[in-house]
Amino acid sequence: MTKPRAGRYTPSAGWTQELRKARLHFVTGKGGTGKTTLAASLGLALASGGRRVLLVEVEGRQGMAQLFDTEPLPYGERHLVSAPDGGELRALHIDAEAALLEYFQMFYNLGFAGRTLRRMGAIEFATTLAPGLRDVLITGKIKECVTRTGSDGRFAYDHVVVDSPPTGRIVRFLDVTRALTDVTKSGPIKGQAQGVVKLLHSPETAVHVVTLLEEMPVRETLEAIEELSDAGLRPGAVMINRVRPPRLPARSITAAADGRVNSSRVRAGLEAAGLDLDAATLDGLVDETVEHAIRIAAERSAMEQLGEAKQPTIEVADLTEGVDVAALYEIADMLVEMGVR
Amino acid sequence: MAADVKLTRLELDKLIENPKTKVIVCCGSGGVGKTTTAAALALRAAEHGRRTVVLTIDPARRLAQSLGLDELDNFPKRISVEGFEPAGELWAMMLDMRRTFDDMIIAHSDPERADELLASPFYQTISTSFSGTQEYMAMEKLGQLVAEGEWDLIIVDTPPSRSALDFLDAPKRLSSALDGRIIKMLTSPARAGGWGVRKAFTAGLAMATKAVSTVIGGQLLTDASAFMQAFNSTAGGFKERATKTAELLRSPGTSFVVVAAPEPDALREASYFVERLSDESMPLAGLVANRTHPTLANLPATKALAAAEALERQEGNGSPLAAAVLRLHADRAALDQREQRLLARFTRAHPGVPVVGVPALPSDVHDLDGLRIIGERLASAE
Repeated sequence: MTKPRAGRYTPSAGWTQELRKARLHFVTGKGGTGKTTLAASLGLALASGGRRVLLVEVEGRQGMAQLFDTEPLPYGERHLVSAPDGGELRALHIDAEAALLEYFQMFYNLGFAGRTLRRMGAIEFATTLAPGLRDVLITGKIKECVTRTGSDGRFAYDHVVVDSPPTGRIVRFLDVTRALTDVTKSGPIKGQAQGVVKLLHSPETAVHVVTLLEEMPVRETLEAIEELSDAGLRPGAVMINRVRPPRLPARSITAAADGRVNSSRVRAGLEAAGLDLDAATLDGLVDETVEHAIRIAAERSAMEQLGEAKQPTIEVADLTEGVDVAALYEIADMLVEMGVR
Repeated sequence: MAADVKLTRLELDKLIENPKTKVIVCCGSGGVGKTTTAAALALRAAEHGRRTVVLTIDPARRLAQSLGLDELDNFPKRISVEGFEPAGELWAMMLDMRRTFDDMIIAHSDPERADELLASPFYQTISTSFSGTQEYMAMEKLGQLVAEGEWDLIIVDTPPSRSALDFLDAPKRLSSALDGRIIKMLTSPARAGGWGVRKAFTAGLAMATKAVSTVIGGQLLTDASAFMQAFNSTAGGFKERATKTAELLRSPGTSFVVVAAPEPDALREASYFVERLSDESMPLAGLVANRTHPTLANLPATKALAAAEALERQEGNGSPLAAAVLRLHADRAALDQREQRLLARFTRAHPGVPVVGVPALPSDVHDLDGLRIIGERLASAE
């Protein structure tokens, strides 16, 4: 595959020294930008070289199971796939109901009453009535996974990657302090949440934003980065997905985007390659070229706008064939090449 | 492979021109171009002579501005732009969920009760940060627009959500949580004789309910209880209202248009949605496959690639422009094939569902001319 070169418009910092300190990675982005795909690939990239990585899903859509073509994930950590060089990627689907029951179990020893609670819809009720409770429970569980250690004293997971809510909801999701206003002012949940706040605001946590080189995703990316910083959270890399190679020579793009394509030169070139095309086909090729140039010009200005965020950028080339399990490994390789570890 | 599946073409002009079509709901997962599709359909309907209103939820700022919707005002505004003289009328509005909720309460209670409800701390939470409130209020607003009876055609954009199904499920989820027996048990000390209600349950259950109130706090429960009692006695309960608006979606004159990008995830969501509509006997007009990339030149990708390589091998590559043109055509042809394959797969699973592909514009749409072009493409009238 030809390497995308859109990055020449702004220097691409790749995976910085600072990002290497992070162990907890949230991957957000506007809907439709491919955040689930990139979260999975990031997990694979971080797991390569023999590390253990946990991939967490929080939105109940079972996107990971679909992506990896496995059965729906239960509430429980389990092996997902092996990573290059002996690494392992495990997965956990966090369900707020199960997390609340687990919590009750831990602090109130409810026994079977927990099941009754669930049957009556009490859990749904509690999380609907106090929307912040859901976020506190989910981030609490994530923190437990990040800080868990084995009997050898090592962390159970080298990295935890979370396929997170989209840009519009990410700050609310991570702003546990605010979410806490929803829940009771005392009790173990409050104590636990303070530890979560500390972790989320530490250099161990990075929030990566996935975008496409299109107007709306770029605007949402910039807004999310600003909101994250304002909330004292750390924006990580801007992951530019589906970067397609510009085919036209750079100097021709502006003219072509204006509709100026020298069709007699194209015709002469095609003839030199042994193609003798009728006028309609030639016109069609010229129209395609103009559309391509308009898109590339728009992508260029999107790239410049993204540069304003001054965050490290990671470019992921478009895979024309679509995303299957093999493609996830392919993207993971690209990420490793850009320094992800 | 794509050739053996027969696509039924979705004819949107017939739908928008039919005087019996009163409501069109545009659904689909986030990021597929629902809002633009809804606005383009509305523009086209207005130009075909219908008095049309489009209810948008969260439009891109520049699109909203081009429609003259620079601020949320929660009531339809007529679009008047110089040179725009449709045979019908085009009105547009952006949903303000908080104001819709306020209006709903004010319309159904006496002023004193309304003030009490609006001032409740629980109302502050429910009207702004509940998941499901936006969907609920979109339905409420649609109900109002229908009741006003002023429009030939109402086109509705649905809230941005991870799943298209949320539009159908969220109001029900919200209302069952608020009208359910748990809240009655936890919050009606007067009727149930205080916490004495516990006696009817096992000791374990008592502990469980206590756990819930420990976690979310007694104050919140008290606020919620006061709010729900006042609300139910005026507006007739959330569940009842949600059921009523859901009936609207089943009434003749309503059609659903599912919007999806020609991508596996979006088409999978579209599939779920199509199945669900049929389970609920809600009328589906068809699928809009948004932003496709059909080739504009009839030249096989393999031939184009071979020619590009031949040119690049020539000494000094004398024709970089021609080589680039051939390569970008080959890229596009490959993308086109993939999209056709995905759409054929959708049609194989849902043979009766009409489909229309809408070729992507090379840049974003933010004016009426852009919407008009999308409208032409939607109607395959190019």
